[in-house]
Amino acid sequence: MRTPLRPLARVLDAREKGENPDVIEAEERAIRNVKVQMKMRRRAESRLLVLGVFFFAAFMVVGARMATLAATEPREPVSTASIPQIANQRADIIDRNGEVLATNLATTALYAQPPLMVDPAAAAEGLAQIFPDLELEKLQKDFSGKRKFLWIKKKISPEQQQLVHDLGEPGLLFGPREMRLYPNGKLAAHILGGASFGKEGVNAAEVIGIAGVERYFDETLRDPAREGEPLQLSIDMTAQSAMRDVLAGGVKLMSAKGAGAILMDIHTGEILSMASLPDFDPNNRPRVLTQGDQSDSPLFNRASQGVYELGSTFKIFQAGINLDLGLVNENTMIDTKGPLKWGKFKIRDFHDYGKQLSVTDVIVKSSNIGTARMALTAGAGAQQEMLEKLGFFDAVPVELGEARKTRPLLPKRWSDISTMTISYGHGIAATPLHLATAYASMGNGGYKVKPTLIKQDGVQADREQIISKGTSDKLVKMLRAVVTRGTASFGEVKGYEVAGKTGSADKPKPSGGYYEDKVISTFASVFPASDPKYVLVVTLDEPSIVAHGEERRTAGWTAVPVSAEIVARLMPILGLRPNVASAGNVQYTAARN
Amino acid sequence: MKTFLYIFCGAIVISVAYWAYKENYRTQASLRRVADLQQQIAAEREAISVLTAEWAYLNRPERLRDLVDLNYDELGLLPLMPEHFAEVELVSYPQVTIEANEISDPVSTSGRTAGPDKEFP
Repeated sequence: MRTPLRPLARVLDAREKGENPDVIEAEERAIRNVKVQMKMRRRAESRLLVLGVFFFAAFMVVGARMATLAATEPREPVSTASIPQIANQRADIIDRNGEVLATNLATTALYAQPPLMVDPAAAAEGLAQIFPDLELEKLQKDFSGKRKFLWIKKKISPEQQQLVHDLGEPGLLFGPREMRLYPNGKLAAHILGGASFGKEGVNAAEVIGIAGVERYFDETLRDPAREGEPLQLSIDMTAQSAMRDVLAGGVKLMSAKGAGAILMDIHTGEILSMASLPDFDPNNRPRVLTQGDQSDSPLFNRASQGVYELGSTFKIFQAGINLDLGLVNENTMIDTKGPLKWGKFKIRDFHDYGKQLSVTDVIVKSSNIGTARMALTAGAGAQQEMLEKLGFFDAVPVELGEARKTRPLLPKRWSDISTMTISYGHGIAATPLHLATAYASMGNGGYKVKPTLIKQDGVQADREQIISKGTSDKLVKMLRAVVTRGTASFGEVKGYEVAGKTGSADKPKPSGGYYEDKVISTFASVFPASDPKYVLVVTLDEPSIVAHGEERRTAGWTAVPVSAEIVARLMPILGLRPNVASAGNVQYTAARN
Repeated sequence: MKTFLYIFCGAIVISVAYWAYKENYRTQASLRRVADLQQQIAAEREAISVLTAEWAYLNRPERLRDLVDLNYDELGLLPLMPEHFAEVELVSYPQVTIEANEISDPVSTSGRTAGPDKEFP
């Protein structure tokens, strides 16, 4: 209730007493002011309180947030869905039809931390029982010593992992691993090479390629940008398997020390299969030999690393030079009267072929004298130019590190006698892969090919022409004649018109000179002669077979039959139908339905 | 009027705060689900790679060849050789002999085939 400043009762009272009524008003006003002040003060106090509580709460929130941030594990803020995980550390390798040649498998590594062990002695005993290849004493020493960490096994199977788990030892721990697996075992071992672990950690290990395409394409296979896209090789797995099978049979039959074979697409240079025996299992790669000859190791690839004098297979190149230069045609007669004397050297033929032979017959009968005479006519310059164009002066540019390091052996000084011997394949040593590449150019219309292990999409656009198409056709006809009526008669496969040249070269002794009874026999062929599609080179190391009561080592008796079997087995696999018209008297099985 | 404006603004703030709160939790739930799915994908991929490896191992040419040899009696499979190819013209087709008295409906004989009991020459 509002009290008036001049209450009537008090004013009247004061008037009666003769007092000043203004004093009453002043009194009343003072009381009213005090009341107002009190009210204002209370309001200010309550506001301060609210503000205080607000600030207290705000600082508490900040403090609590700081405390939780300090107490929790740091984690990156996730505002978007994380990128898809990379499927595998290392991409698969597949063949030209998509069959798996190399893949990855999740496995486990076993390691020990002896300080965490409850019963080191029992753990050592248990491990020695599970893994018979571990030594008990060594494990006991490791577990009881000062070591804080040691690897026990790099790859163990799930069964072994369970057994180790059952030991119940907290000091034995497992780390996840990705391991490289070659499901086909020894197949294409030299091409694939192998892989092993690089940097190792408890939670992961790097898988690195150590040989073959695994090494050559190591970075590509590990490139995360490819998102695990497999590497497709030009190899045909079925053909590779059949080739290895036939070659192994040949090695056994001819009691050879080893063998190598290459099948190449004559136009694109794709290597469809390449085998070398003896071979190895890339899943369990043997160690590199520390002593002795590396070429005795199963790791040695005879097809791409073995540098051999390839003998008479070179004669066709000399014929190619002389034909291409227009010095001769296929019917020109060449003097083959022997022996051919040049300084203190004498060149002889395997048999005496009479006074003269046509160029075709020089190749068919494989006359050293005839080829040497052709080489003299053409000269060393033409020979060097041709061999260089064919790739005999350099390592083969194939996708194998080992092959790229293998350079052919050339004479230091290219004298006339070198020119003569090189014309029939002596005094120059190259790999069978060099030979296959050169034969491809001889048979494909004269184009240079680049051998490759990667599946190609048709022929390269700008191929260099080495010899003319006409010369190439003539050379294939000559090679065909070698099979139909020459040294390679066992090479005939009905319907496939095999055309090729044999070569048998004595093996050089490490001390100098040549072995009498050790040869490298080679058969290089192109087929079908009417439209060459493939090149096949088969090389046998120290073959010998007893036929017609005589020990035979020449290619005609050894490499040629093996080659014929390879053609017969591989061509149906690769889908090349035999040419029935050329087969002539093929017997068909009577079919009724 | 002023009061109404205050109440209205307050309601908007509360509803937007509620929406943001809900969205935040929904996003987190989605992220967790994505992480789960990715883990599942990784597990499936691992399973696939194990299966492809096993498939490749079981289909390795060496094993298939051994199996073919073991089951030769039943399957009679041989390597495909050039002799197995032939021209279609060389396949002998059965000649259907039709006896004169069998023809009851001369118009449709061309479409008739001999029964299974007929002997083919």
